[in-house]
Amino acid sequence: MNDVPLTHILFVSTALFFIGVYGLFTRRNMITMLMSIELMLNSVNINFVAFNKYLYPGQLNGIFFTIFIITIAAAEAAVAIAIIINFYRSHSSIDVEDAGEMKW
Amino acid sequence: MTASQVIFYIISAFILGTGLLAVTSRKIFRSAIWLLFSLIGIAGLFFWMQLDFIAAVQIIVYVGGIVVLIIFSIFLTQQAGNEMAKPVRSKVFFASLIALLGFILTYTLMYKYNFLPVVNQTLNVNVSNIGIQLLSTTEHGYILPFEVASILLLAAMIGCIVIAMKSPATIGKAGRENKPIHIKEEAAENYK
Amino acid sequence: MNYASYIAWIPLLPLASFVLLGLFGRKYLKRSSGFIGTIVLFTITVLSLVTAYNYFFVDGKVNGIYQSIIPLQFTWLQFSENVSIDMGIILDPISVMMLVIVSFISLMVHIFSLGYMKGEERFSTYYAFLSLFTFSMLGLVVSTNIFQIYIFWELVGISSYLLIGFYYDRPSAVAASKKAFIVTRFADLGFLIGILILAFHAETLDFHTLITRLTTAQSSQLISITTSSFLGVSMLTWGLTLVFIGGAGKSAMFPLHIWLPDAMEGPTPVSALIHAATMVVAGVYLVARLFPLYSFDVVALNIVAYTGALSALLAAVIACTQTDIKRVLAYSTMSQIGYMMFALGVSGHGGEQGLGYMASMFHLFTHAFFKSLLFLCAGAVIHVVHSNEMKDMGGLRKRMPLTHIAFLIACLAIAGIPPFAGFFSKEEILFAAYNSNKLIYIVGVFTSMLTAFYMFRLYFSIFHNKEPQVQIHHGEGTLSMKLPLLVLAACTVFAGFVPLSSLVTADGVPLETHLDIAFSVVPVALSVAAILFAAKLYRKQNDLPDKISTSLGGIYHSAYKKFYVDEIYIFITKKIIFNLIGKPAAWIDKNIVDGFMNLLAAITAKISSLIKGLQSGKVQHYALYFFAGIAGLAVLFIYLWK
Repeated sequence: MNDVPLTHILFVSTALFFIGVYGLFTRRNMITMLMSIELMLNSVNINFVAFNKYLYPGQLNGIFFTIFIITIAAAEAAVAIAIIINFYRSHSSIDVEDAGEMKW
Repeated sequence: MTASQVIFYIISAFILGTGLLAVTSRKIFRSAIWLLFSLIGIAGLFFWMQLDFIAAVQIIVYVGGIVVLIIFSIFLTQQAGNEMAKPVRSKVFFASLIALLGFILTYTLMYKYNFLPVVNQTLNVNVSNIGIQLLSTTEHGYILPFEVASILLLAAMIGCIVIAMKSPATIGKAGRENKPIHIKEEAAENYK
Repeated sequence: MNYASYIAWIPLLPLASFVLLGLFGRKYLKRSSGFIGTIVLFTITVLSLVTAYNYFFVDGKVNGIYQSIIPLQFTWLQFSENVSIDMGIILDPISVMMLVIVSFISLMVHIFSLGYMKGEERFSTYYAFLSLFTFSMLGLVVSTNIFQIYIFWELVGISSYLLIGFYYDRPSAVAASKKAFIVTRFADLGFLIGILILAFHAETLDFHTLITRLTTAQSSQLISITTSSFLGVSMLTWGLTLVFIGGAGKSAMFPLHIWLPDAMEGPTPVSALIHAATMVVAGVYLVARLFPLYSFDVVALNIVAYTGALSALLAAVIACTQTDIKRVLAYSTMSQIGYMMFALGVSGHGGEQGLGYMASMFHLFTHAFFKSLLFLCAGAVIHVVHSNEMKDMGGLRKRMPLTHIAFLIACLAIAGIPPFAGFFSKEEILFAAYNSNKLIYIVGVFTSMLTAFYMFRLYFSIFHNKEPQVQIHHGEGTLSMKLPLLVLAACTVFAGFVPLSSLVTADGVPLETHLDIAFSVVPVALSVAAILFAAKLYRKQNDLPDKISTSLGGIYHSAYKKFYVDEIYIFITKKIIFNLIGKPAAWIDKNIVDGFMNLLAAITAKISSLIKGLQSGKVQHYALYFFAGIAGLAVLFIYLWK
């Protein structure tokens, strides 16, 4: 598998990350924004694993970071969905444009 | 081009394509499904890199947990078949501009950087190694982050319950609105 | 004898009583607050007498000289290795004498107030303030260093402010208390600067060290203070004069006396306390405390002497024309304090030269008794008549026999008729003045004659003159009001025989005094003549006083208007200070200082209203700014910031 250069894997992760960014900016639905964030987190996971595999094969640090990112992502998704549901209960909507209470 | 390369490019195209569909699809349920595919593709990438454990965790947590959670919340909050409103054109423009520029910037940096691949070592990832290092208290042990993560999960669990729970005031109101006995009586009267 | 075991209670008990009555008096101790205050005062009076006995007759004297003893002292605030503010208690002849006077007079006032203030709404507050006042004055007299005395000096000021303004629903009382506070505060500024000058050059705050350093010839501190000068006057003179200004403010010396007559707005027993024992004698006490320094500096001593003499004369002239009995008494106080001041001013330090110092302290001692007696009698009269004006009184001789006798004794004492207390001290003062300064002697004798005249004018107007206009329903007053009068009257008769000359002197060496009959003839004869003149004018109702006052014309009128000192003050403050300093300062404050602040606020508001659109409340916008910021920083750090 070492015949695929590292930069190609990094291309995939970077592209995925900016796809997530694009989604985060264009979507107005909170759940889809959350999905974009998940994409971004996954692209970072790819990065960590690839660096670990290609540059520091003797250690496991990248793997551990991936594991912890997945853990945190799970927690984050759960809390975010709880917030979304609570928001939906009070606003009958999950459109992020409706959450304007905090403006000046 | 070896078979390994071919597989990599196919998987990459799959990840990017489904990811792009996930952020552009106007039906929210489909969007979630595209996300599911994209995550599976990433798991495939991990398999391709011979990181079976990570790939398994990816499938269990993301595919089995988070995406299911997202789909549930979609069901809870809206009709799945409805199309979402089209995003504003200027917003699309600015977002794609930012994403494109960011991508170019980041990728040029990465491309120009001279990574030095280490060839004489191979990554030895088996579950027992991961487990030992995760729970060891030596210099490279990860016991502290592990415990912190467990506390974080506990906090997240309690936090979710507290946030999503109906506040006592709303419970009281709801209780008054639909008293079960009352409804039963009404139903009985209607039945007569 | 170990003073330390009980001496600290003397100032601390009134403080405790103040805290107790001040915090809980109005709610829980409404009835008993008077008794608590009185019992505390009784205790400390006994303690003071014990202290005095031990000091004067048991162990104060070493080799025939009274030493100053410091039974208690602790460092309160350390500035540097040499300079610190200490809190302590000093015992020497004057402080022990003052302890006795202050606690005794305060006790009398406490007892008298039990009857006089009965039924008052803020009865317990009144006793709390009295305790505070007593505490401050006791702390003042036992101070071991000049800064401690300053602290208690200010406490005296604030407690007098509280007591003068006790009837705070009366605008005149509020104005009077403010006036007293501001005038004395203004004078205290001088005191503070004086303290700083003296302490800076002497490099200490402690009285004993300060005096030793500044009076030892060739000491480096003395050389430093006498060689440096300002406006051609040496710093020693400046320091002492400024300290004296502080003392003059509290002691109501001309021209800082204007608060004293107005201070009569307070309850009458308070006036007795202020005038007899506490506030006004603080200035005299201060000069006496620093007397070794004053006697070292001729200029400052002359200022003390002439200010005292001028105040004595002026106050006596004004007192002859006033019709409010408390005001007459107030001016008589000012006049007597003037006596004490010029007695200090004409005194020397050691031996026979120190007669003036001793006479001044003697007069302070006797004056405390007869002046508090006069005020308490006046209080009793006012309690019955419900008026301060002489014209509302008259013929009370039969109605208030005890008050009448007590008042008569006090008048004879203040007029200097033998064998009452005032005679002895006044003769000593006049004798001291005769020996050193003839001009002041003449002023003193003349003032003494005027004193006799106006006191008996007061006496005849209250107790003789016309038939009584008021019916007395409730007798002369309660026992608690009569008892202090009796005690003080007895003291007034006998205080003159206290051998104070052998106890209280400038250098601690007992002084032999002898009464020179030939010398006493002139002042006593003049006083008797003045009394007879007053009797002729005021014994029976006639139109002679009016005729005399009209024939005197302008002099009478200006004296009646208190020589327009108040008007001059108002002119200076309102016209000159307000217009020339106050208005420009206000203009600068309003337009420049405030304007600058307003400008800052306006600029901030402008900018924030310009950029507040950024805070749109839309999460995606925030995310966009966030990303743009990160991208910008990345470009900046990677490409531009090499």
